[in-house]
Amino acid sequence: MAPALSLSHVSAHYGATRILDDLSLRVDGGELVSLLGASGCGKTTTLRVIAGFLPATTGTITLGGTDLTRLPAHRRNIGIVFQNYALFPHLTVRDNVAFGLKQRGMAAATRAREAAEILKIVGLADFSDRFPAALSGGQRQRVALARALVVRPPLLMFDEPLSNLDAKLRIDMRVEIRQLQQSNGTTAVFVTHDQEEAFSISDRVAIMDSGRIHQFDTPETLYQRPADSFVARFVGFVNLVSLQVSQRNGAIVTTQGPGGYRLLLDQDRLGPIPDRFMLAARPDGLRISDADIDEGIPATVGIRTYLGRTYHYQVETASGPLTATGSLSDPLGAGRHVRLIPDLDQCCILPDKEST
Amino acid sequence: MIRRLSPPLIGFAVLVYIFLMGPLIIVIGASLSDTTFLTFPPQGLSLRWFDRIFEMAAFRRTMVTSFQVAMLATCFALLVGIPAAYALNRYRIQLPGWLSTLFVLPVLVPEIVLGFSLLRSVQVGAGLPVFSALLIGHTLLVLPYCVRVISASLSSFDFSIEEAAISLGAPPWQAFFVVVLPNIRSGVIAAFILAFITSINDVSVALFLTGPGISTLPIQILAHVEQFFDPVVASVSVLLMVLTVAVMAIVERTLGLTFLTR
Ligand SMILES: Nc1ncnc2c1ncn2[C@@H]1O[C@H](COP(=O)(O)OP(=O)(O)OP(=O)(O)O)[C@@H](O)[C@H]1O
Ligand SMILES: [Mg+2]
Repeated sequence: MAPALSLSHVSAHYGATRILDDLSLRVDGGELVSLLGASGCGKTTTLRVIAGFLPATTGTITLGGTDLTRLPAHRRNIGIVFQNYALFPHLTVRDNVAFGLKQRGMAAATRAREAAEILKIVGLADFSDRFPAALSGGQRQRVALARALVVRPPLLMFDEPLSNLDAKLRIDMRVEIRQLQQSNGTTAVFVTHDQEEAFSISDRVAIMDSGRIHQFDTPETLYQRPADSFVARFVGFVNLVSLQVSQRNGAIVTTQGPGGYRLLLDQDRLGPIPDRFMLAARPDGLRISDADIDEGIPATVGIRTYLGRTYHYQVETASGPLTATGSLSDPLGAGRHVRLIPDLDQCCILPDKEST
Repeated sequence: MIRRLSPPLIGFAVLVYIFLMGPLIIVIGASLSDTTFLTFPPQGLSLRWFDRIFEMAAFRRTMVTSFQVAMLATCFALLVGIPAAYALNRYRIQLPGWLSTLFVLPVLVPEIVLGFSLLRSVQVGAGLPVFSALLIGHTLLVLPYCVRVISASLSSFDFSIEEAAISLGAPPWQAFFVVVLPNIRSGVIAAFILAFITSINDVSVALFLTGPGISTLPIQILAHVEQFFDPVVASVSVLLMVLTVAVMAIVERTLGLTFLTR
């Protein structure tokens, strides 16, 4: 299937500062894609470039086969739900929702009917005559959603639409947004800095940093097979250990870490291993052992934290501070010399920092 | 719960009111006096000094001129001031900070100086007729107020609302009229009123620019009190106040209503 929305090699600047750097993204029809990244990484800027509020300095943007790059914003036909809702304060809920229909030259009677219909869908039928100031945050959010949906745009964009809502409403609303998006088959781009939010409602997630997309994949792939150390840290692989292959024996690879410790890895479980690489593990993927063995990462126990089902240990190693897991039956005191054994099914191989 | 006001506070408020309303009461009282000289409290009650205004062609003429100039200068200043204030706020991040100061700077120039320099440049230099010179002078006089007041209401305006309108298909100019303007309505009305009053009460600029044949009401009042001491200046002032309030009310109404019905 041809992509519904495609950005290829798009850059954008504010003044002389480059905000988006050669960004490419292809969103399929009916797909919900999230842009996920820390504050200031360029998520809003990406939406503004797609919407036409900020010109792309290089690259092209197409939507459903039409080149948007030079189309003025008001002719792009993209529905946007703004972070602060951006409702029209001087218009009633009904007129807010009907605004886009009016712009499309729809007759007043049809307009009223369509607005009433969408307001019923978002559960605000009884609020049509209110002004935005007299609505709660969640209700404003629904009006903003209805206003963007009612014109049936081929593309919907959400800029952190849930960040002003309380935790419970946030979960309800994101399910609602997902249902509306799927039942209408609308293509959607969703911006958030909340990983759980992005992973729970998206078909695919683009992880952004400093105006670039590091990885664009399904939540499952991102969670299990991050492509680089930035994404790995982002999805919880807090332990990154640089290693070097010293000997290959079929699928079994002997590797060496700083200070000369040895670690045996299995390519059948980890995938192909290059000569220099990083092993990434979450705390749960690094088991602590105080048995007298000459394998694993030598470590000295620091702080122990109790997490209900397990202990987490901050440990010092030749590869820097790491976080590992130990069993409840055998609490270890600070200063103990131990070994860290990676659980290969929960680890992944990343290209070494220098080679990226 | 409503807090009771303390008696000293009430007393202070009353004093402030007396202080503010004093001149108004004196002028209104004096205009109703039956005497041939200006006096307060009025001796006898009559409306004859109001009749007198209309017998004196100079007052009639200058009043019309004053209203024409005030209305036109205010409208010109708004036509320039609204877009200027919009641009200053919309592109605040991109624009250098001194630019918005530049628009307010003319307020610092003493009006006498403004009048004199306009006399030299516009009237003597460019040879413009008196009325045009007055119009230019008053537009310049009130423009900074317009920019300032409208900027104040735009500074709290969320421009993503304008972007929302554009994303829903409104061309930028239309988004401005349909979404931005209605939301800064109170600022525009306040700017109108402030500009109108500034222009209609101006003496300093008009002093230099009025000439034989064309004058404004404040200049005419000044000329009158130099020779006569009758209550007609008081009644002219009262009439001017009444008409000004009427204009304010009409502006408030029409501007308010046209925006609401859009
Ligand atoms: N109008 C502007 N002028 C100059 N720089 C800007 C402007 N708007 C944003 N920036 C810069 O662009 C970068 C990206 O901003 P952007 O708003 O896209 O971030 P974001 O990912 O949406 O962050 P957040 O999660 O906080 O909303 C930031 O470094 C910001 O400082
Ligand atoms: Mg943002």
